[in-house]
Amino acid sequence: MRKSKGVFWLFLAPCLLTFLLAVVIPMLTGIYYSFTDWDGVHSNCDFVGLRNYIKVFQDSYFRNSFVFTILFVIVSVCTVNILAFGLALLVTQKIAGSNLFRSIYFMPNLVGGVLVGFAWQFIVRDVFDSIGQMLHMDFLRGWLSTQMTGFWAMVIVVTWQMSGYMMLVYIAQIQNIPDNLLEAAAIDGASGFQQFLKVKLPLMMPAFTIGLFLTMTNCFKLYDQNLTLTNGGPSKSTEMLTMNIYNTAFVTNQYGQAQAKGIIFLIVVALITVSQLLTTKKREVEM
Amino acid sequence: MKKNQIIKKSILFAVCILLAFVFVFPIIILLLNSFKSLKEIYMSVLSLPDALNFDNYKQAFSELDYFRSIRNSLTVTITVTAANVLCCSMAAWVLVRYKTRTSTIIFTAFSVAILVPFQCVMLPLLSLMGKLHLISMPGLMLVNLGFGSSMSIILFHGFIKNVPAELEEAAAIDGAGQIRVFFTIVMPLIRGISATVAILCVMSLWNDYLLPSLTINKKGLQTLPLKTFLFFGAYTKKWNLGSAALVMAIVPVVIFYVCCQKYIVKGVTEGAVKG
Repeated sequence: MRKSKGVFWLFLAPCLLTFLLAVVIPMLTGIYYSFTDWDGVHSNCDFVGLRNYIKVFQDSYFRNSFVFTILFVIVSVCTVNILAFGLALLVTQKIAGSNLFRSIYFMPNLVGGVLVGFAWQFIVRDVFDSIGQMLHMDFLRGWLSTQMTGFWAMVIVVTWQMSGYMMLVYIAQIQNIPDNLLEAAAIDGASGFQQFLKVKLPLMMPAFTIGLFLTMTNCFKLYDQNLTLTNGGPSKSTEMLTMNIYNTAFVTNQYGQAQAKGIIFLIVVALITVSQLLTTKKREVEM
Repeated sequence: MKKNQIIKKSILFAVCILLAFVFVFPIIILLLNSFKSLKEIYMSVLSLPDALNFDNYKQAFSELDYFRSIRNSLTVTITVTAANVLCCSMAAWVLVRYKTRTSTIIFTAFSVAILVPFQCVMLPLLSLMGKLHLISMPGLMLVNLGFGSSMSIILFHGFIKNVPAELEEAAAIDGAGQIRVFFTIVMPLIRGISATVAILCVMSLWNDYLLPSLTINKKGLQTLPLKTFLFFGAYTKKWNLGSAALVMAIVPVVIFYVCCQKYIVKGVTEGAVKG
């Protein structure tokens, strides 16, 4: 086929131009801005070297929200994927109505983060409180008034919302495992548990690679739920990095510093997710 | 053996039911409370409402400016999704079929960009949009097309790679130009993956909050997620209206899910596994 350069650029143009506008140019100017005293209002800003980055590391709120975010990501990645894997095993057991259950478990994923956050704010604060009062379980009372309960509320919400999604990923992989492998293991005398551990689990590795990657990036980038569930409170103790960056820019007008935080955030997310991809990829076995 | 099987199945079934209840519990609570007055909610959040009282819905409906907000949400979602599917399939097709260094570099740039968190480009983007007078609905749509193109191009690229080029070449020999080849030969072949891409776009655009809040948070332009903030002030929370509003905001999503469940489940799985 005669391939013309014109068609190449013509077909590429809409995506490429909007991509330049939305991602590439802001990314490059953003790197520059992170070395300036930009305040978002005045267009002229001076080069200040590494001052923003130094200030960022001295900022105790940023350090706290860094630690909070990392802890949140670690815990949520575990809860989401363990529950999701459990659900996937459960609904592939050929029980009555398993398709309906699948749909129900997945449904929260379609509801937007803003709505989910508001809804759960009501649940964990008011509903948990009255259940706690009724059953005399004090640990259910006064949620969102401490950092601890705010943290666990976020973990619960994210687990509720994301596990259905990851369940679908795991189901797809389970259905990919050929029955004859399991039968062969059974003939060789492997118990149900051994089949699970020695055959199913290793063959699930590709799905774990994807599942971990997706939950990790989604949890790092979480903003809407954080905003509408705890809004960072009490006193900024449940502020995730995304919100910390937002507030640095729009509440205190330190655009340069916020941009430096953005760059650090990108580097951290990229390093962690890419190294996760590489480590779990290594453990995948050939089918 | 048989009896054991039955017992096992029933236990698993019971676990499924229990989990299903946990998953729908928040929705049930919202529904229950959306029919109560604020006083009733203060008395108890768990009790059944005294009566099926639709006052909250009426008020939330008008305060949400429900139809207009839905129309705004739909405008953004449908326009950008259509543009995304069309433009990204075109882009991915030329990126696959032209095996040059330029096309490899461009594809790599699109792929790497899925790692970039929005907060990292948010401020320079806003300032750029301001300079170009794009703080508006059309501006939001353009930027959304740019953000969405990464994921969509990866998905289309992965699919088109495995579509043999012979058919296209045969059509070209018969005298069809490249543009015609794309629209008459390639487009029908990639219908399945197009549906997947469309579903993923709809889901992320319909629920999008942060960028719309920075660009179209003005009266008359607000989308549904932006409007729901009305009921949840920092100090006063009108949970009676709020729960009704949340239910109303969730309804379109549920309708969408029930209508295209098959495609959504397939789309989401493919999107995750291939992306």
